[in-house]
Parts: sequence; C-alpha cells; structure tokens
Amino acid sequence: MDTPAIEIKDLWFAYGGIPVLKEVSFTLEQGDFMAILGPNGGGKTTLLKLMLGILEPKRGEIRILGKKPHNARERLGYVPQSTDINLTFPISVFELALMGRLSRSRFGRRYSYEDKEKVASLLKKVGMWEYRFRPVGSLSGGQRQRIFIARALAVEPEILFLDEPTASVDREFEIGLYDLLKELNENVTIVVITHDVGVVSRHVKSVACVNHSLIFHEDGKITKEMIDMAYTCPVDLVAHGLPHRVLPDHEEE
Amino acid sequence: MWEALHFEFMRNALMAGVFVSIACGVVGSLVVVNRLVFLSGGIAHSAYGGIGMALYFGISPTVGAGIFSVGSSLIMGAVSLKSKHRTDAIIGVLWAVGMAIGVVFVDLTPGYHVDLMSYLFGSILAVPKSDLWFMFPLDLLIILVVLFFFKEFLALSYDDEFARVRGIPVNALYLVLFCMIGFSVVMVIRIVGLILVIALLSIPPYIAEKVTASLGKMMVLSSLFGILFTVIGLWISYRFNLTSGAAIILVAGAAFFLTLALDRFSGPDQHQNEEA
Repeated sequence: MDTPAIEIKDLWFAYGGIPVLKEVSFTLEQGDFMAILGPNGGGKTTLLKLMLGILEPKRGEIRILGKKPHNARERLGYVPQSTDINLTFPISVFELALMGRLSRSRFGRRYSYEDKEKVASLLKKVGMWEYRFRPVGSLSGGQRQRIFIARALAVEPEILFLDEPTASVDREFEIGLYDLLKELNENVTIVVITHDVGVVSRHVKSVACVNHSLIFHEDGKITKEMIDMAYTCPVDLVAHGLPHRVLPDHEEE
Repeated sequence: MWEALHFEFMRNALMAGVFVSIACGVVGSLVVVNRLVFLSGGIAHSAYGGIGMALYFGISPTVGAGIFSVGSSLIMGAVSLKSKHRTDAIIGVLWAVGMAIGVVFVDLTPGYHVDLMSYLFGSILAVPKSDLWFMFPLDLLIILVVLFFFKEFLALSYDDEFARVRGIPVNALYLVLFCMIGFSVVMVIRIVGLILVIALLSIPPYIAEKVTASLGKMMVLSSLFGILFTVIGLWISYRFNLTSGAAIILVAGAAFFLTLALDRFSGPDQHQNEEA
C-alpha cells in the first residue's frame, strides 16, 4: 500500500490557553476525497492549517505523504477561506494565479514560459482568462474564489486542501467546481471543508466531523453522532433540502 | 530657477533628491502594501537615539542613525513576525525610547548643537558629495534586491501564508525588507529629517497605487512622483527661502489631498463600480 496521504496521531492544539483541537487521530489514504464538517469555531480551519504546516501542533504527530508538513508543503495546494484579504492590493488576476508556480527551487528567478502557459490554461478552466489583467480587488467574491482555485491547481498538488471553496460562488460554478474536483481526484487527494452537507453525499468518499475532537468515517456516511456533535439543532439544518440518503437509516436508538 | 544649478550644493541637493526618491518609491511601495507606515515612522524616530549617541562619542551622526535605524527595524521586524497583534505597541516603545536616548545623550554632550535641527527637519541643501557616494550604492542594492526577488516580495506582501506553504523563506525576506526600510530611513533623514520621513515613504506610493494595479508600476511611478515633489519643493524653498524638508513635504501633501479630491469627484471607487 502507498504511504497514507495524511496520518494524524493524538493531535492537540490550543490558541493561547484555549484548547481548539484535542485527541485528533485519523488516516487518509491517497486518492481519497474527504469532506470536513463542523460548526464555526470547531477547529476545521485550524486543523487545515496544521496539516499545511502553517501552525505547529502542541502535541501529537502529523504526517503528510509520510513527511512532516513542513517538508511536504510544496506538494500541497491550498485554497484559503477568505479571498477578501488586501482588496486594495495592486495585483492582477494573472499575477495572483502565478503565485501557485512559486517554489523554493526557483527562488529569485523569473516565472518560465511553461509556468505562464500552465496558469493560462487554468484561468481558462475556471472562466477567468478574460479578466487576467484586471485588479483582483475589482472582482466579485465568486470571481476571486475562482482565481484562488486556479492558483491552488497551478501548484500541481498531490493533496488539494479547500476551505469552504463554494462559500460565495454561484450554484452553477459550484456544480462545475465539484465536477472539476472529481476529475482531479483521479490523481489528487482532496480535502474540503464545507458547510454544504448535500455536497458530501454526492461527491466525497469519506467524511470527518470536527468540533474540538474529530469523528472520521471512511465510507462517507454522516452518522447521528456526527450531527449531534456538529450542530445543536441538527434536525433543521440537515433536513433542509437534502436527499434523505445522507443519513444512514435509523441506526440510532 | 536655472541659475540655482550653478551652485554645487544645489546640484548635490537635486542628486540626493533623486536617489532618495527612488529608494522611497521602491521601498515605500512595499511599506504601504504591507501596512508598515507606522513601523517606518517608529524606525525614523528611534534613529534619534543613534544621532545623540554619535554626538556624545564623537562619531558621524549618520553612522549612528544608520546603526539605530537598522537595529530597531530588525527588532520591530522580529517582533511583528512573532506576535503580529502587538507590533504597534513595540513600535511605540522603540519610537519613544529612541528619542529619549537621543535627548539624554545630547544633554550629556558639552557645547551647543546647532545642526541637530538638520536631523529633525532635514538639510538637503547641506548634503555633501560624500553622502551621494553612500546613497548611490544603497539605491542600487535596493533596486537589485527587489528586482531579483520581485515575485517573492509580491507573494509575501499579498498572502504570506500561501508564500510560506510554497516554501518561500518568508521570514528571511521580511528581515531583508526591514533592513531596506532601515537604510532608506537613514537616507530620507538627510533630506526631510526624521520627523517627516513617513510622508516621503508613504505619499508617493499612495498616489501611485491609485493609478495602477501593479506593484512594479507602483514602484516606478512613486519614484517619479517622489522626484517631482522633491524638485518642486526644492525650488519653492530656494525661491521663498523656506526650510527645504517642510517645503518638499507640503508639495507632496498638496498632491495627496488633490488626489483624494479628484477621487471623490470622479464618481464611485472603481472597486465598487466593477463589482460583477
């Protein structure tokens, strides 16, 4: 068997004295497509940043592709949660997407022709090519999200992390994005934080629910236990417009 | 005004103005987009400590100012990398402590120090040729460093987290940036004085940012704006016998408010305008 994409053992993390994650353990194989669910403030984004090596764990071990996050990070693509950082920053769409081609090995050198070709094709794929010379700050939230997705794909990652990638895109692009992710998933492991439980049923292979601790399901089922952990009033949230098969049939009580 | 160019001090002043404007345009653009304007002000004021100590120990005040401004910029840089949300407190402390050290050492130095005012408010008309020989290589160094690592500086200024994940040595580059700020501040102190440093570092980039959406063009444009402001300011100060540093800053300030006014009358901001 291949090295697991992600291997986490007894992970603890706290901001200052306030614990955010405790006793988190799971293993994700390569080629998986995992959704991370959970309430706001439950530690989803923190967990993502730990896996990316942006944050350091207080206790426990993280292995990404068999290595410490710090040593594996150049093989990871990342779409951050908020794309409205620095809206007045003087940067064009093309320049932003090119950031995905940064690397330590080509530190201090110019972007190559191949880099630019790669980024051009990705911008076409996400429908942002015609905006390539526009300042990023002049675009809508949904358009910015597409650019950030193109930037993450420009990395040609082995694992792609997305933090609520469809928070501000329209329905049409959301469907297109998940089709694209499905296509990418043939070669790339995908981890996506989402609030959209509907997506989970249709696309992902496994599900984790994070609310300080973590419950992991390899078969992509959302259990009653997860829902209880994630939401205080589960019925409203889950029942709203969802296919019933998301929830396994009455294994509770 | 051309007869003014017959004087060597005027030619030196113009050259110094050009060199400083270029450094301010390049470094100032990075300062503005990284929101380090207040930090740069802190560095400039803490440099007064170095000027005071240099007077006391009888070395060149410019060297003293250089050591203090690069030193305090590295301290502030290290603190801002470690605890981002307390940076402004540290800036305030170094700002005040640097000034206090300067004042105390000036007290301890016997004699009357008439040229201290030139460090507070600049003395571009008294720039000797030797200073130009120190400004020119610094300019060249700053331009080369920024040119070489432009895509990295762009990335870490926009999104340092992503740059880190890409394996870019973000902390090291930030420290390089803080060094460049320190060196630029020493150069600017010669021109407009440490009290007015912030204006020359921030006004030209601010105006340039309004007209371009590219960091590279912003650097070139703000260098040109800086040159324009210093030349006009110098002429005004020569013509009306005013303090040159203050005249330069007032020209820049007038341009700043003019831009704000134009912005206001040219309809809504393009950022909202183009929201799709």
